Amino acid sequence: MAETVAGPAHDVAGTAPEFPMPRASGCPFDPPPGLKELQEQGPLVKVRLWDGSEPWLVTRYAEQRAVLGDPRVSADTDRPGYPTKTSAEAGEGKLSFIMMDDPEHARLRRMVTAPFAIRKVEALRPAVQRIVDGLIDDMLSGPGPVDLVEAFALPVPSLVICELLGVPYDDHAMFQDNTRTMVRTTATPEERGAATREIAGYLAGQIARRLTDPKDDLLSGIAGRVAAGELTHGQATEMALLLLIAGHETTANMITLGTAALLEHPDQLALLRDTDDPRLVASAVEELLRYLHITHLGRRRAVTADMEIAGQVIRAGEGVIMVNEIGNRDPEVFEAPDRLDITRDARRHVAFGFGVHQCLGQPLARMELQVVYGTLYRRIPTLRLACALEDVKFKHDAFIYGIHELPVTW
Amino acid sequence: MKVELEADKCVASGQCVVAAMDVFDQDDDGIAILLTEQVGDDQIDDVKEAVAVCPAAAIRLVGA
Ligand code: SF4
Repeated sequence: MAETVAGPAHDVAGTAPEFPMPRASGCPFDPPPGLKELQEQGPLVKVRLWDGSEPWLVTRYAEQRAVLGDPRVSADTDRPGYPTKTSAEAGEGKLSFIMMDDPEHARLRRMVTAPFAIRKVEALRPAVQRIVDGLIDDMLSGPGPVDLVEAFALPVPSLVICELLGVPYDDHAMFQDNTRTMVRTTATPEERGAATREIAGYLAGQIARRLTDPKDDLLSGIAGRVAAGELTHGQATEMALLLLIAGHETTANMITLGTAALLEHPDQLALLRDTDDPRLVASAVEELLRYLHITHLGRRRAVTADMEIAGQVIRAGEGVIMVNEIGNRDPEVFEAPDRLDITRDARRHVAFGFGVHQCLGQPLARMELQVVYGTLYRRIPTLRLACALEDVKFKHDAFIYGIHELPVTW
Repeated sequence: MKVELEADKCVASGQCVVAAMDVFDQDDDGIAILLTEQVGDDQIDDVKEAVAVCPAAAIRLVGA
């Protein structure tokens, strides 16, 4: 078969296209054009990773949900064929239940589901509204421009998850710096290891203190499981670390990416700014979750038994990657998928994943984003970028996509 | 129509509660519970949405 630029012969070893792929210059919100080409080629294509391995990339929505919902795929990073993201990730320990399979995954996950139930999260809404209003007051009372990441996008989820876990927010510089290192794809195994150990050591201390002096917070709940013999101290620390990291990087990046995207779509921003209908705000949150994509490196699994997907047999020991940024732009599921339209019903997106590992914190993330998107633009109607979009530094070098710094003024 | 829920499959994502508040709730651990088994015509669309978004395929709509 003749080789063409865009047509990888994916059954010939060594010629599969590389993943991840670069985004088109000037288009930071759209998936890489190469990924969309792969989606057109078929639901399953081979790609080549940093270590030369060639897992399957699942390009379409229906097949992504089918694989993520299938018990024959494993989230255990130690399984043969698991597609690792970097050499540092290949070397690290387990990040609690997100890297485990049922039944152990379910056992551990259920220990921390309670605070994320819809009613519990709704009870936090007034407190989140106060946090958001307070940070906006601070921004408005000082001089512009400001970096929206430092002034707003990172403090909102950080204050909320610290409150929920019971971690003193005063220590935020330490765990935010280390979290940043942990999610940087260019960090060496040593840097990643050191950052992980520093936060883990800190959280282990916090948990140890609660063993003797429990409070009314999530860390005390986790400590209680240690006391009851259901968790080792190490497992408890990993779980706390997972919640702390997941609570920070994800929502913060959705706030900055969402703001940048809305500023580039003034008609959509105006709809959101001028509404007092919470349903439209909720719908905007779903659409921005669909349209943007912070988990740009995909959900990764190892196949544990031969399985057939879309007519293709995937063998035990092969890896699979589900990239939600193209799943959420599948024209079979979302009409005119590349258009940002906050009035569409986007609730079926796979931004939080699918299957048993679907994001545990999603009710909290949704509520925080609803408060943020429903407040920020209404309170600062003249909000605008303080630099050209081309000069905004996007996080091509992080496990979680987003924006390093977003200078804004009003 | 009738709704069926397999609670032991539930992963406590809360998606069903968001989609159909008057049909689903969550227990103290976030695991879904049914508020009603029989759903009226006006609730069917919401329940269908819940079936579509449930990541654990724990919800089914059965009957005529
Ligand atoms: S949507 Fe499914 S997994 Fe989520 S709470 Fe409802 S039943 Fe459980």
